[in-house]
Amino acid sequence: MAYAEHHAPQSFWTKYVWSQDHKVIAVQYTITAILVGLVALVLSDLMRMQIGFPGRLAFIDANHYYQFVTMHGMIMVIYLLTALFLGGFGNYLIPLMVGARDMVFPFLNMLSYWVYLLAVLILMASFFVPGGPTGAGWTLYPPQAILPGTPGSDGGIVLMLISLVTFIVAATMGGLNYVTTVLQARTQGMTLMRLPLTVWGIFVASIMALLAFPALFVSGVMMLFDKLLGTSFFMPAMVSMGQTLAYKGGSPILFQHLFWFFGHPEVYIVALPAFGIVSDLLSVHARKNIFGYRMMVWAIVIIGALSFVVWAHHMYVSGMNPYFGFFFATTTLIIAVPTAIKVYNWLLTLWRGNLHLTTPMLFALGFISTFAIGGLTGLFLGNVSTDIPLSNTYFVVAHFHMVMGVSPILAIFGGIYHWYPKVTGRLLNETLGKLHFWVTFLGTYAIYFPMHYLGILGMPRRYYAYPNYEFIPPSAQYLNAFITVAALIVGVCQLVFIYNLIRSVFNGQPAGPNPWGAASLEWQTPHTPPQHGNWGPALPQVHRWPYDYSVPEADADFLPQTSTSPLTIDEATHGHGDKP
Amino acid sequence: MAHLTHSPSEPTGLRSLVADWSADREAFKVPCGKAMMWIFLLSDTFIFGCFLTGYMTERMASPVPWPNASEVFALTIGNAKIPLILIAIMTFVLISSSGTMAMAVNCAYRKDRAKTAALMFATAAFGVMFVSMQAFEWTKLIVHEGIRPWGNPLGAAQFGACFFMITGFHGLHVSAGVIYLLTVATKVLKGRYEESGNYQIVEIAGLYWHFVDLVWVFIFAFFYLW
Ligand code: HEM
Ligand SMILES: [Cu+2]
Repeated sequence: MAYAEHHAPQSFWTKYVWSQDHKVIAVQYTITAILVGLVALVLSDLMRMQIGFPGRLAFIDANHYYQFVTMHGMIMVIYLLTALFLGGFGNYLIPLMVGARDMVFPFLNMLSYWVYLLAVLILMASFFVPGGPTGAGWTLYPPQAILPGTPGSDGGIVLMLISLVTFIVAATMGGLNYVTTVLQARTQGMTLMRLPLTVWGIFVASIMALLAFPALFVSGVMMLFDKLLGTSFFMPAMVSMGQTLAYKGGSPILFQHLFWFFGHPEVYIVALPAFGIVSDLLSVHARKNIFGYRMMVWAIVIIGALSFVVWAHHMYVSGMNPYFGFFFATTTLIIAVPTAIKVYNWLLTLWRGNLHLTTPMLFALGFISTFAIGGLTGLFLGNVSTDIPLSNTYFVVAHFHMVMGVSPILAIFGGIYHWYPKVTGRLLNETLGKLHFWVTFLGTYAIYFPMHYLGILGMPRRYYAYPNYEFIPPSAQYLNAFITVAALIVGVCQLVFIYNLIRSVFNGQPAGPNPWGAASLEWQTPHTPPQHGNWGPALPQVHRWPYDYSVPEADADFLPQTSTSPLTIDEATHGHGDKP
Repeated sequence: MAHLTHSPSEPTGLRSLVADWSADREAFKVPCGKAMMWIFLLSDTFIFGCFLTGYMTERMASPVPWPNASEVFALTIGNAKIPLILIAIMTFVLISSSGTMAMAVNCAYRKDRAKTAALMFATAAFGVMFVSMQAFEWTKLIVHEGIRPWGNPLGAAQFGACFFMITGFHGLHVSAGVIYLLTVATKVLKGRYEESGNYQIVEIAGLYWHFVDLVWVFIFAFFYLW
């Protein structure tokens, strides 16, 4: 693709709306994901109001509660996190970090966004159909998901399934682009082993998305048929509300297998990009090379591969052959090894670093903390014998919020504070940023730490109210009220972030091309924000890995990837294992 | 402490494999379109894999027996009931289409425009034949045997559901492939690729087509021979 062929689009519509430029598409993805994420945030606060102050908000009845749980969970996992990491960060960073002018198929890329938007709109439409959105839980387990008795079992569940299938189409179009661009469109000198870990994380996550979403696609199609055509894929013979149904002979367990064959990799689809982003933020803001780069790459690849053989740890209570339980518990615990390696490497990267406690750095440090806590409680849930008493309690809610809710969100915040100057040319306000960080970080501990205790008390999750649960001491209600207050504060605090995002576009301090002194390629563009085509007339040439910080004897405290200086601290470039 | 960037010692063993793979610019020495088609087909493999695994689970979990394949799929010709005859012809047609497709790719390499286009049209024609025969088979099952996605007088209800869903999904792939082939063949005929001399697109379409054929072999084995 020659540079001359690239006509920069002129009119407002071609430039900002029907744009095929990966940078514009990335911003479109990000804004859409944040907006729909705000809906999920409001839903979570409404749920907390009901749990903390039962009956205070009279319009929340049991059915509404189920609907809020479901929509909150699904929006957060799929439409916010997945879309923001792959469609937002992936789109913006991949071409810039590998030294390409754009994604390899820009038109497909544009289509990916519009189909994603369509999926979001379909999902939002389900709030307005008779019966409201589905209340089946984000896992959508049949048979209950499509039977009367579960709220939204008509229009709601149908729109949810259609929206998911649409989302998968969008994610596939995007994912094919991301993977192909990383594999085939790197600039001269940019070997795979010189990619920033952010690209590695997004790259492996995109491959996983291409292999895991098919299972959700298939289960979604089959459930749609069960609902609309009356097939019995997932529906056994049963009596519902006093009536014998026409369904017979289907297997609800099959749905669980398909769902979790997608669902577990999904956890890592949002975790791996977060790993990558955090690695890069730590390295830049600690002015040190990432510790054990190759190990970090391999850990990402191995975690990605292993995560396809652990799915049934979500099904211990569904009942299974004890040997299977043993198998899935073992594979689950094996994943802890590469994951722990990553955590150690992050800590060793910080060791004796020159830490700049900027807002992005704070979020990256926060990520390590929440991720480590969430990972530790995962050990209890990964073992069959300790999982069974804890399953379906608030311990689980606390665990997955720490590990896949809060942690990726912190990485996203960190990433936004870090790359915002490249996107807009202006810095976000640091004071507001630090306020945002501390409230969010301490707030999430205030929310989720007590939930572990509630879970051990046996407080079940997905419950609208707790009458007649004598074994839960009345004091639990104080904790619940406390959690709710914390959740409301955290929720309101996100408005500070939104305000900062909007305000800084116009009033932010001008950032210059490379405010953090980062070495990776996206900071070496000739213009900030990068123009259409990214690199001006000539593509950059890469001579080193992206982590040459504080190189001894070098003139500057970092060497950009384009620098031709002979100095480096990359071990891979000069043989292996021979210590400097 | 510091080291020279341009003094790489040649990696050996497993590391050399990694080094080869991770060389700069392109991991595979193929155009982007082809690489993307490969990755797409891998993803599609997982879709069909899930469908077929789902089918096997349904079949094994079903409390009602599955209809006998050599009876439901038999065709009465004259007075004889011949098992699997239609499906044998369908499979033969589809395999032949893979043959014509391979020849089209070969001609494209030799930049023989007319022949390439002709062979691609032939491939598409085979595809249309296949889909029509599938429509015939569906009609027979629905109208004559009374099989529906939600019910089946001959046994397990899931038989109809799985059959229509999976062969339908495959049939959609074939139909999409026909449209794809026709579009590319028309462009070839009009000389759209003369200027660049790059006929890769024919090979990419070929990849897709062969994949759809390959999937059929599995569907055939799982539905008609089990
Ligand atoms: C301040 C932020 C958040 C608050 C206050 C919050 C609160 C809640 C509450 C109250 C529930 C329902 C618990 C129950 O009744 O079982 C819930 C469920 C859930 N949340 Fe969050 N959440 C937050 C952020 C997130 C994020 C960022 C994610 C992203 C992964 C997430 C994913 C989920 C999921 C998957 C469920 C389970 C839904 C289900 O049971 O079907 N949440 N959350
Ligand atoms: Cu899992």
